[in-house]
Amino acid sequence: MKNYLTEDYTLRSWFFTTDHKRIAILYFASLIFLFFIGGAAATLIRIELATPQADLVSSDTYNRLFTMHGIIMVWFFLIPSVPNTLGNFIVPLMIGARDLAFPRLNLASWYLFMLGAAITLLAIFMGGVDTGWTLYTPFSTLYSNSYVAVAAAGIFIAGFSSILTGLNFIVTIHKLRAPGLTWYRLPLFIWSLYATSIILVLATPVLAITLVLLAAERIFGIGVFDPRIGGDPLLFQHLFWFYSHPAVYIMILPGMGVVNELITCYSRKKIFGYKFVAWASLAIAAAGFLVWGHHMFVSGQSLTASLVFSFMSFVVAVPSAIKVFNWTATLHKGTLRFDAPMLYALGFIGLFTMGGLTGLFLACLAFDVYATDTYFVVAHFHYIMVGGMVTAYFGGLHYWWPKITGRMYSEYWARAAAILIFLGFNLTFFPQFILGAEGMPRRYHVYPPEFQVWNVLSSGGATILAAAYLLPLFYLGYSIFFGAKAPANPWGATGLEWQTPSPPPKFNFDRQPVVDSPPYDYEHAPEPQNV
Amino acid sequence: MSEPGDIAAHLSSPKQRDEVLELGMWTFLSTEVLLFGGLIMTYMVYRHADPVSFAEAGRQTRIVIGTANTAVLLTSSFCVAAAIQAGQAGAARAVKALLAAAIILGTIFLGLKGVEYAGEYRDHLVPGIDFMQSGPHTQGVRLFFIFYFLATGLHAVHLLCGIVVLIIFLRCYRQIVCHPRYLAGLRTAGLYWHFIDVVWIFLYALIYLPGRSG
Repeated sequence: MKNYLTEDYTLRSWFFTTDHKRIAILYFASLIFLFFIGGAAATLIRIELATPQADLVSSDTYNRLFTMHGIIMVWFFLIPSVPNTLGNFIVPLMIGARDLAFPRLNLASWYLFMLGAAITLLAIFMGGVDTGWTLYTPFSTLYSNSYVAVAAAGIFIAGFSSILTGLNFIVTIHKLRAPGLTWYRLPLFIWSLYATSIILVLATPVLAITLVLLAAERIFGIGVFDPRIGGDPLLFQHLFWFYSHPAVYIMILPGMGVVNELITCYSRKKIFGYKFVAWASLAIAAAGFLVWGHHMFVSGQSLTASLVFSFMSFVVAVPSAIKVFNWTATLHKGTLRFDAPMLYALGFIGLFTMGGLTGLFLACLAFDVYATDTYFVVAHFHYIMVGGMVTAYFGGLHYWWPKITGRMYSEYWARAAAILIFLGFNLTFFPQFILGAEGMPRRYHVYPPEFQVWNVLSSGGATILAAAYLLPLFYLGYSIFFGAKAPANPWGATGLEWQTPSPPPKFNFDRQPVVDSPPYDYEHAPEPQNV
Repeated sequence: MSEPGDIAAHLSSPKQRDEVLELGMWTFLSTEVLLFGGLIMTYMVYRHADPVSFAEAGRQTRIVIGTANTAVLLTSSFCVAAAIQAGQAGAARAVKALLAAAIILGTIFLGLKGVEYAGEYRDHLVPGIDFMQSGPHTQGVRLFFIFYFLATGLHAVHLLCGIVVLIIFLRCYRQIVCHPRYLAGLRTAGLYWHFIDVVWIFLYALIYLPGRSG
């Protein structure tokens, strides 16, 4: 029996494939590469910060390092991470479809992504960008002597890849669901990717036009944002954050979606408050469009604006909290199994809660004035983006690994890596809360000696974290060749993706599945198999 | 009446195929709204900050060409809509004639736009390339013309894409009347064409009309 991997072995069959599963694999490979480039920049940053003096890199190089880290990690890892890899692979399987609605558009999206990544990497290797990932004007347009326009072009192109992916998911989820699979029978992973797709489609074009304005100002010297000739640099911040704050939710909603699947599967229970969790995703997506001004509390915007944005930021916390409470309520009286994916999911809940609550600190106007541009902010968003999203990404990767590759990985090593990632992460980023509270500003590579102890702890933690991120490369890589063959449903999970062989055949299902049961029906699910 | 090859392998029915196409285009148009929306918002902010200069700049635009172009584009949209009707009715030659008319009108629009750009270049109204104005409103006029060139340029690129799409459909006008797949495709392309038209109506009001009332 042929599956999607053994269908054809030629290189051509990979690079011209329209199979969503193969395109997901192409994304996996690209993202691993980009993750290590972004990670290399982070490594250099942490090594430099181990001592108060500048002893590894110059100020100029340091600026380029954190910019490169930010640009690569945000646009070329986190935003595509769960949607384009796991989402691409799992969405059609989960809804009982044979592929995404537009398979060729899906492939085009990967090529656009690679083109964008190549141009951005070119900018980095030509000499880098020193503006920070936020590309604030007027520095980025008038003063910076780095490759801003090239990097902007790369991000612009990658943005269209995001838009096409979002469009594909929206149409697929609306129109390609299996018979009987109503909206309220959908796994919550689908709901969260649906919400993510709305943001991808509606926010990314604003970034695109903002980058066009930025490039036009930089190349032609016209004053869209130049205050000397009538422009307003704050307008850039408004436009940028109108995209980039919703983009923060692109970087967490898919992770939340993964966690729904893991928590229910490993507590053998249906989710607590399905409809609340489902609508919370859309509420986050909608309210997320109305909070961008909280990045600009000290920019000089009016107090009224700040108050409104502060209030809206609190509002956005409500659906997020609903999710966290519903996950813990799902765990309550469940039959818990601490398999590796579950360890990641539990880690996610803890780290996301930390990141979310410190976000509420920052949403308070009075506190934010003190914390702006300090390590407190850095720690906060790393708890969400790394502690939250990357942890969920790893959890989902382990959970669906048998489905994707048809092989079982080493549970022992997987648990070890999950625990190490949790410990290493906290050791890296918790000290940064303290550094921020004590007033250490971000984006500096020299600092007063009294900050050193926390920086050394953070750098030490980063070593553990880096090693823990490398571990899966080995045992997952090993499992591809030597792992035990995976059965169709090793975890005894619900969801259509587990009702087809691992790995699935080219068009996913041998016959069209029909759904007649509610989601997460773990009372009637098969027992997990110990392979 | 579906024949082999009429539906892609991953879809199950002609109805599903048509719905997927249509929803895909509407989703794409929503992203386009935000693309132009960002630009239009920038314009609104600056116009709000400096209404006098923007009125002054608006008076320097060529309203005759702008108005003629509006009529040209609206007529082209009518042709596309009529071509879809003709396709449904099975009138292949009418489809051909109407699509050709829409393509020609779209091209006329681009030609007139070129004439307009050339005139603005002669008047030194092109920021970043040749902009020389005097008087108290120079900065506002420059901001206006930055928006003018970016917005109409972006619109022209969209129109060019639309023309290419219509040329592709024109080449297979016979299939449109006998294969539902092609007709569904044309209907989707029509949505895009009408959208370009709607964007132009907004741009027309923002660019040519301020400063000309009262």
